[in-house]
Amino acid sequence: MMPTSIPQQELMEPGHTACQGCGATLAMRYALKALGKKTVVSVPASCWAVIPGAMPNRTLDIPMVYTPFAATGASISGLREALDIRGDSDYNVVGFAGDGGTADIGLQSLSGAMERGHNVFYIMYDNEGYMNTGVQRSGSTPYGAETTTTPVGLERNFKKQQKKIVADIMMAQGVPYVATATIAYPEDLIRKVQNARKITGPKFIQILAPCPTGWYYPPEKTIEVSRMAVQSRMFLLYEYSEGKFRLTKPSRPVTVKEYVQSQKRFSHMDENEIRILQEEVDRRWGELLEKESH
Amino acid sequence: MVLVPLADASSRANHTGLWRTLKPVIDYSSCIRCEICWKFCPDNAINLEDGGSASSPNQKVASFSIPVIDYNYCKGCGICANECPEKCIEMEFEEE
Repeated sequence: MMPTSIPQQELMEPGHTACQGCGATLAMRYALKALGKKTVVSVPASCWAVIPGAMPNRTLDIPMVYTPFAATGASISGLREALDIRGDSDYNVVGFAGDGGTADIGLQSLSGAMERGHNVFYIMYDNEGYMNTGVQRSGSTPYGAETTTTPVGLERNFKKQQKKIVADIMMAQGVPYVATATIAYPEDLIRKVQNARKITGPKFIQILAPCPTGWYYPPEKTIEVSRMAVQSRMFLLYEYSEGKFRLTKPSRPVTVKEYVQSQKRFSHMDENEIRILQEEVDRRWGELLEKESH
Repeated sequence: MVLVPLADASSRANHTGLWRTLKPVIDYSSCIRCEICWKFCPDNAINLEDGGSASSPNQKVASFSIPVIDYNYCKGCGICANECPEKCIEMEFEEE
């Protein structure tokens, strides 16, 4: 008897070396539940490159290919074409990269793979920084965040730029299926991956995966922070499929201030800086609402 | 069929339970078997097992499977205790 709709099959094994309360492992666990056993994953340098543990350990029950940082897109393109030639067209080919490997270093490779139209999945787990190498700033880090390369100190050198949202870039590029999801809503995440499976062509899914180590909050709050990111509209959930755009409206909205106060990486922010962030969040919310009404 | 070379040593040999300082303990007499702890466990350290009908809080959920924590792998992050809607998972200090 199952009270949840989440598939019971587990393709990720326990004993991996992720931090306590890691969000990225949940992103992989849910994605594999939706993708099933006939899947090949390609992983560049990222947290997921170290989570399986040292050689010869593995934590996934499916083939996993390690690829250079900038080459996830090229790697999945090659895997797809080679599998098709061998007659294994029923396999899902998935690029599973972090936000640094997607928004910064791997963007050209991703864009190329999407443009060539290979039948692949690209899943970006977004922990808003280079968390594996010691919390450096990435293009996907939000405004106001403190990282080791944007230390606040007396000169207040926190990140001054707004978050670069790769899913929006993919939509602008005309990728047939683009979605955003987060680990606090696994049913929604799994449904989106299952919807993507119905589409032949490139698919891009961005999953917000909170990181207790890099966002400086206690590990038991991972799901709470993920949920608050959606409720505060800091991270918007949407699905763009075959030209149709659908935005998820959070049921119990919270303010950006409440979200910001839940993590120590924002603890230095004053009222004015929180207002700048809130204005950006409101502007983007309005923009996406308008996009949905068209 | 093996598509690409695959290391065959499962990470199951790596008992990450040694990392734990706080240990989650489920009170089955108030657990409503919602599976939320199982759903949100980042370490796959919660298994769903049959046979918990004796401790069931009511008849309605007696046939449901119960969550059982595998302390070999639980890192003690506390997500299960934090997300439990019945607050029936207690984080206890690990004894030597």
